[in-house]
Amino acid sequence: MEQGLTRVVAAPRLSAAARRRQLREKAVAGFITLMAFTGIAALILIIVFVAKEALTLFTDADARHEASFSKMFLPQEGRYPFRWQPVSDTPKVSMIPLFVGTLKITLVSMLVAVPMGVFSALFVAEFAPRRLRELLKPVIELLAGIPSVVLGFFALMVLSPMVKDLFHLDRPLNGTLAGLALALAIVPVIFTVSEDALTAVPRSYREASLALGATLWETAWKVVLPAAAPGILAACVLGFGRAIGETMIVLMASGNADIVSWNLGDSARSLSATIAAEMGEVVVGSPHYSLLFFIGVELFIFTFVLNMVASTWTKKVLQRLTGSAS
Amino acid sequence: MKSLLKPLLAVFLLALPAAAQAGTVTIKGSDTMVILGQRWAEAFMKKNPTIKVQVTGGGSGVGLAALQNGTTDIAMSSREMKKAEADKLRARFKVPPVQRSVAKDGVTFYVHQGNPVSALTTEQLMKIYVGDITTWKQVGGADAPIVAYSRENSSGTYVFVKDMVLDGEDFAPAIQTLPGTAAVVNAVSKEKNSLGYGGAAYAEGIKELKVKKGNEEIAPSADNIKSGKYPLARDLFFYLRAEPTGDIKAFIDFALSPEGQAIVTQVGYFPVK
Repeated sequence: MEQGLTRVVAAPRLSAAARRRQLREKAVAGFITLMAFTGIAALILIIVFVAKEALTLFTDADARHEASFSKMFLPQEGRYPFRWQPVSDTPKVSMIPLFVGTLKITLVSMLVAVPMGVFSALFVAEFAPRRLRELLKPVIELLAGIPSVVLGFFALMVLSPMVKDLFHLDRPLNGTLAGLALALAIVPVIFTVSEDALTAVPRSYREASLALGATLWETAWKVVLPAAAPGILAACVLGFGRAIGETMIVLMASGNADIVSWNLGDSARSLSATIAAEMGEVVVGSPHYSLLFFIGVELFIFTFVLNMVASTWTKKVLQRLTGSAS
Repeated sequence: MKSLLKPLLAVFLLALPAAAQAGTVTIKGSDTMVILGQRWAEAFMKKNPTIKVQVTGGGSGVGLAALQNGTTDIAMSSREMKKAEADKLRARFKVPPVQRSVAKDGVTFYVHQGNPVSALTTEQLMKIYVGDITTWKQVGGADAPIVAYSRENSSGTYVFVKDMVLDGEDFAPAIQTLPGTAAVVNAVSKEKNSLGYGGAAYAEGIKELKVKKGNEEIAPSADNIKSGKYPLARDLFFYLRAEPTGDIKAFIDFALSPEGQAIVTQVGYFPVK
């Protein structure tokens, strides 16, 4: 070993300005990292808090007796096998009517909102003249800015008599009405994300298709739409998540009766609306209170699983489209 | 030991949230009572400009929980405190909580104004709500299904109707629930075959049902509720951690004074005194 190699190599001399710039870079990078981790920390803390409140169900003897898993998910003795009546001498805490209600309302809203959102996005991205596009886009996106309480009240006061007369229903508040009102809230979500996905499709695809003699319509339907499929799927998943979690609209428009029925003319009670309706008055720390948090955990698991399934699905679609096994 | 206690106590009192600030009284709880509480607070602050009274809603359970963790001085509740809640308060503050009944509310059943039915017995009401009677024809009305509305199942009004009208039985699954009296009133005014209940309300398009007892039909009027003749009246409560003193006592005394009870009548409830 030569001695020369152990000599310390002097760092390149930096000007003061450059050093300041470096410091600023570091500070900004640190700040951004901190922000990102704050978000993650907040999420973890929320999960921990909600789960902790729900855990009482399993640790507390009273609660275990009042709300066991069999009482939540299996048919019970009595006049009606599945009831949600947590405030009672003998509390009945079946989740089945809540699941059925949530799914019923969400499916109706998706059946309305997905075609509406995707096709209006296709129209705006592919066919609309420029003027019309500049008008349509902000108008549909404005829908997203309407508070859900307002939409819910609108459904209760204005839509309910119309829907009732249109479908000849007995009850003005029902699954259909809630689904329609909910669709109003998720159309802008689906539209915005789909439209972004469609405009992101490279121009060369369109030009190639048109050069081969395809019409505008064929191009949009057979080239652009499939190419944007992953984005559109993501839009639908976002919409679905929003629909499952939407509270105020459902609370005001669905009638919240705990019936187990797939009939769209019947009322429905959703998981999120149940939390909103009961949290204010419940005895804090009681089994009923823990149950409401447990419903929150269930909703969380739903959305989580849904997102997982959706992301793997999107990957599959992408693979099929690009034809590569990457 | 004693010499240590005093500073400790002082520190503890200082550490208490805004509730213990001099000159501020915080009131939280039942949404049924929020407007009443605010009107009392306004009138009280006009008379005592040095004292601030803050009123917020959120629900009876929220108010009672806030009383427990020291973030409110007074909890408004439209239901009686549950034993579990009272036990917790006693365990934490070493004294039993104090209940003051500050107003009365008549629970009224409403129908659409075009409905020919004007009075029902409590038994008929019960049968409708547990699902034994499903059409208006069975109670002397039109041949149409009864669309019955209820309040969400933890509201004080719901518990009251369940105990007093349904004898503790469960509501039928087909009964629809709505958040708040206003929503029930709106829904009833929109639907000609509907039936709903809530606090005394004055609104377009609805009719208050009288309660039939024998040959008599009793309207939910102020006199009938005060005299106890109308069978469906309930108390509205203030709950406190301990016997009130100072500003809190002054406020409660004001609420129960003739002037305070006049405000109760203005808001649409009924005086206790």
